[in-house]
Amino acid sequence: MRRLALAVAVAALAVGCGEEEGAGTGPPGEGPELVVSAAASLADALTACSRDFEGAEVLLSLGGSDELAAQIRRGVTPDVYAAADTRLPEELASEGLVEEPVEFATNELVLALPGDEREIERVEDLAEPGVRLVVGAESVPVGAYTREVLGRLPAGTRERILANVRSEEPDVRGVVGKLTQGAADAGFVYLTDITGDLTAVELPPRLRPTVVYAAAVVDGADPGELARRYLDGLVDGPCGDALREEGFGPPPAR
Amino acid sequence: MSWFAVPLALALAFLALPVLAIFLDSPPGELIDALGEPGALDALWLSLRTSLTALAIVVLVGTPAAYLLATRRFRGRALVITLIELPLVLPPAVAGIALLAALGPSGILGGAIEDAGVRLTFETAGVVVALTFVASPYYLRQAQAAFGALDRSWLEASRTLGASPARTFARIAIPTAAPGLVTGGALAFGRALGEFGATLMFAGSLAGITQTAPLAIYERFATDFEAALALSAVLVAVSAAILLAVKLVEGDALRRR
Repeated sequence: MRRLALAVAVAALAVGCGEEEGAGTGPPGEGPELVVSAAASLADALTACSRDFEGAEVLLSLGGSDELAAQIRRGVTPDVYAAADTRLPEELASEGLVEEPVEFATNELVLALPGDEREIERVEDLAEPGVRLVVGAESVPVGAYTREVLGRLPAGTRERILANVRSEEPDVRGVVGKLTQGAADAGFVYLTDITGDLTAVELPPRLRPTVVYAAAVVDGADPGELARRYLDGLVDGPCGDALREEGFGPPPAR
Repeated sequence: MSWFAVPLALALAFLALPVLAIFLDSPPGELIDALGEPGALDALWLSLRTSLTALAIVVLVGTPAAYLLATRRFRGRALVITLIELPLVLPPAVAGIALLAALGPSGILGGAIEDAGVRLTFETAGVVVALTFVASPYYLRQAQAAFGALDRSWLEASRTLGASPARTFARIAIPTAAPGLVTGGALAFGRALGEFGATLMFAGSLAGITQTAPLAIYERFATDFEAALALSAVLVAVSAAILLAVKLVEGDALRRR
């Protein structure tokens, strides 16, 4: 499953516009379709649970949260938008493009190392010359969180770490790909992206950013009631369970 | 015949409208301003440099290779031709995965490349490799057709008069096939300029090093649509110029016949 989801994410990445991929493996059903634009880091969890969604066939469009938001701004409207932060859904809500966002999960930013990497033990080690570091682009949530972490380091260390950045990937899957291919020595990803090939180094509390995922029903969602039910399911339902299973935390108490 | 005009009009509208929209979506002044944004020109310059380097490699290696394929019959020739034309129809994501599997740090030849002290991922050299991989079939195909269309008796006459195969190739074959070679080169250059997926997957994306114009467009799409449009407009203009040059060369060659 993980492999399929990765293939979907890679395909979406390569096509460059987060093309829709059917979540189901069977032939397309007759019933209504629900298009869900979701952050790339949600791929595994949502691919599994969306197949069992009752009442509609869910089509997952996976990509960087920022690209998906840009699509909505350009009039490419899914029914549900699920982002890896709260800022993008809130921006879209204030522009009247989506309904009130709902926080549905939390995640943790970690430093990921390929399995054989031994030299790097903490964030400060990334400042060593020659370290090949891969991060998300500034506009994608994982990249913004990464810069938040670096912003809390002394300026000198931060500058040296930034000088070691070898690639700014359009979404977190790109960072994971560069690490699993052995191209990079380290990268910042979410805890839920850590697979067998990678080891995670936890960030100390003073550096750790708050990673909250929020989703919203897109204005004009059709049928809106199904979109709202999908959203509720993310907080407290089959997709919520699938998220916890993949390692996402429950949404912060309101 | 008049009803044939309807599908033609449809095809024209469908193909031309998106391209025109790049120029019509924003006022021209704003597009030009957006190009002044730091990084936009860097990306274009990087694209130009890497595409030209890839083109040079493709022409240097591809010209004699295409000549051999066009003038000799040997066992497995059809297979060889199919293999070198395959990247033409490969999806960019497949090209990226294939390059990683072959030349990536944990690819088949990855260790050997690293031992040789060469770094491809995250380096401009890696971009050139990706561009060369996707663009070379365009040149090989065209060059092979151009050499194949040569009048064999000229090549034979040159040989009978005592010219070596190398001299025949350089003095007879290349000048006569030149229009076809130029067309192939232009198409390969155009393809290299537009490469996206394989570059991102194989080389990464970093401004000034590996972020070519298409990657910069993709990055700006989410944050600065104006800048993405401006860069796109430049690429459209360059591609149109390439296509026009090809048409002129082809037309010129036809008239001379």
